Amino acid sequence: MTSAAARVARPPLLDSSFLLVAPAVLFLLLLFVYPFLYGFALSFQPNEGGWLDNYQKFFTDSRAWRTIVTTFGLALPVTLINVGFALPIAFRLRRRTLWQRWVTTLLVVPITLGTVLIADGMLTYFGPRGWLAQTLQLFHLYDGPIRLTHNYWGVLISLVISGFPFAFLLLLSYVTGIDPVLARAAATLGANRWNQFRHIYLPLLAPGLAITFCLAFVQAFSVFPSAVLVGAPSGSTRVISIAAYEAAFENYDYAMASTVAMIMGFAQLIVVAVVLGLRRAFYRGPVSGGKG
Amino acid sequence: MPHDFKQLRLDRVSRRFAAPSGAITTAVDALSVTVPRGEFVALLGPSGCGKSTVLNCIAGLLPLSDGGIWLDEQRIDVLPPEKRGFGMVFQNYALFPHMTVRANVAFGLRMRGTGAAETARRVAKAFALVQLEGHEDKLPGQLSGGQQQRVAIARAIVIEPPLLLMDEPLSNLDAKLRLEMRGEIRRIHRELGRSTIYVTHDQDEAISLADRIVVLQDGRVQQIASPQEIYAQPANIDVARFMGYRNVLDVEIEETRGTEVVVGADGVRLTGVIKQPLTGARGYAAIRPEEMTIGAGANVIAGRIENVEYGGRDSLIDVRTASGLLLQARTPGKPTAGESVQLTIPVERVLVYPRGGAP
Repeated sequence: MTSAAARVARPPLLDSSFLLVAPAVLFLLLLFVYPFLYGFALSFQPNEGGWLDNYQKFFTDSRAWRTIVTTFGLALPVTLINVGFALPIAFRLRRRTLWQRWVTTLLVVPITLGTVLIADGMLTYFGPRGWLAQTLQLFHLYDGPIRLTHNYWGVLISLVISGFPFAFLLLLSYVTGIDPVLARAAATLGANRWNQFRHIYLPLLAPGLAITFCLAFVQAFSVFPSAVLVGAPSGSTRVISIAAYEAAFENYDYAMASTVAMIMGFAQLIVVAVVLGLRRAFYRGPVSGGKG
Repeated sequence: MPHDFKQLRLDRVSRRFAAPSGAITTAVDALSVTVPRGEFVALLGPSGCGKSTVLNCIAGLLPLSDGGIWLDEQRIDVLPPEKRGFGMVFQNYALFPHMTVRANVAFGLRMRGTGAAETARRVAKAFALVQLEGHEDKLPGQLSGGQQQRVAIARAIVIEPPLLLMDEPLSNLDAKLRLEMRGEIRRIHRELGRSTIYVTHDQDEAISLADRIVVLQDGRVQQIASPQEIYAQPANIDVARFMGYRNVLDVEIEETRGTEVVVGADGVRLTGVIKQPLTGARGYAAIRPEEMTIGAGANVIAGRIENVEYGGRDSLIDVRTASGLLLQARTPGKPTAGESVQLTIPVERVLVYPRGGAP
């Protein structure tokens, strides 16, 4: 091979086209990487004591470490509910119909509302003197006290309302990407509806399910406004972000707040790593059945 | 599930679609045909003629709007596709991308709960039949188009279906492979000894593969006959056009003598045969280029060669008559453009059809 051919075969590692990504890289460095590293460093500089003192304090103070358990206790069921219900509904609506458009439009609304507005609506609807309680009592369907706000259930409902549409829309795009001819081929080979789902759709959806699970989980894990507004922020819904908030803005201990944030990030990372690791066990590749 | 049968009978099968605007389109209109066991039937027609719709109706992927489908005495159009047990080969193969080639082929047997040893034996047999041994553990994405096609056929035949349905299975292959696979499909059909219904828009494919051809246009049957008959005696002018009668002359009927007829068009007089009862004074004369030769004989037409398309064994030539009529003929060798020639066509190869409503 001549040296000229070798030069052609290996394009330069850096050329002017790299300038195109520069703004995005700069943006990321300034607004994510630097603050993250700053917080990371800050978490090892406690107001008093050794460099690991903040972490030690967090994991020895039951009021602090219990927030991890509380947050998992909310985020995991919420994620399972959101993904678990979104899957069959997205699957049912996989064909482009008027129905699909209506349901999709209806479900986009909660995403646009924001958690505070949802919380406000929930207080009016689910509260002890809300519409739901009044209706149930009017028809004597349920006469006991209804407590769906200012506790665990309030936050759970709020997270489902805001998180479900997100999971649904994401899964819908994965489901509609699968060539429906594959299921028809399976049908001609003797697969009934369940087997078509079980053997064709589900394995092809597995990567999409994993991604949706991760995103829905991270979203639920970082819950803050609804845990305060419709939860019991000093009791059953004292999630980890509340602990971070208290450290930063009630005790003015930014180092401790950074520590809590780092622990929170690490906890999320573990779940994401586990789910993405499981995804490797499944097929990843094109979801159509051949040429054309 | 039926594994043996005497005949498949389509009885006035109709399929209508409602467009979003509310207009009703008839994709298939009262199609009746009986397919005995062992026969290879081709559904032939231009795209949009309803041939794939018929196939999907037989497979159970589309419900009928009217009529019925019978396998001997059993009515099957009311069964879901998984209960019919027909093998189907899809145009884009529809291989399961997440399963190995072996798992793809074994899928139908797995759904039937066939035992492991029996499955292995039948899968191996199917691989041998489509000559694809050695690729069993690959994913479909790692195979070439022709190999994917073979997997699709193996997957459909491993369940030993009474009926094999094929929807333009060769349309995604290149010309050479298409010819090769054509022979393969005929061989597989013969070795299985079941029935095949094959959808295509390619008349060469239909003629070379089928025992019988159903020509469809706009959802209606135009002709059901053997390849020889469809090739030589098209039932109407549309079938003639579709079957390669490239010279369709708009003619005036001058004189009828029994089955023969004298027609005239732009200064050219031809004697032909009546293929359909003539109504009115005008008609069409259809002539195949390869049946028009340079030389003397019946129906002589003089003209000048305007264009030559050399094809190796012969040439397709455009001949313009003095009156301006353009005719296509096939001739051995390679004549030169500008030459004056005399064309001749036997009387029985000038097919005359009545002029209906639409040209």
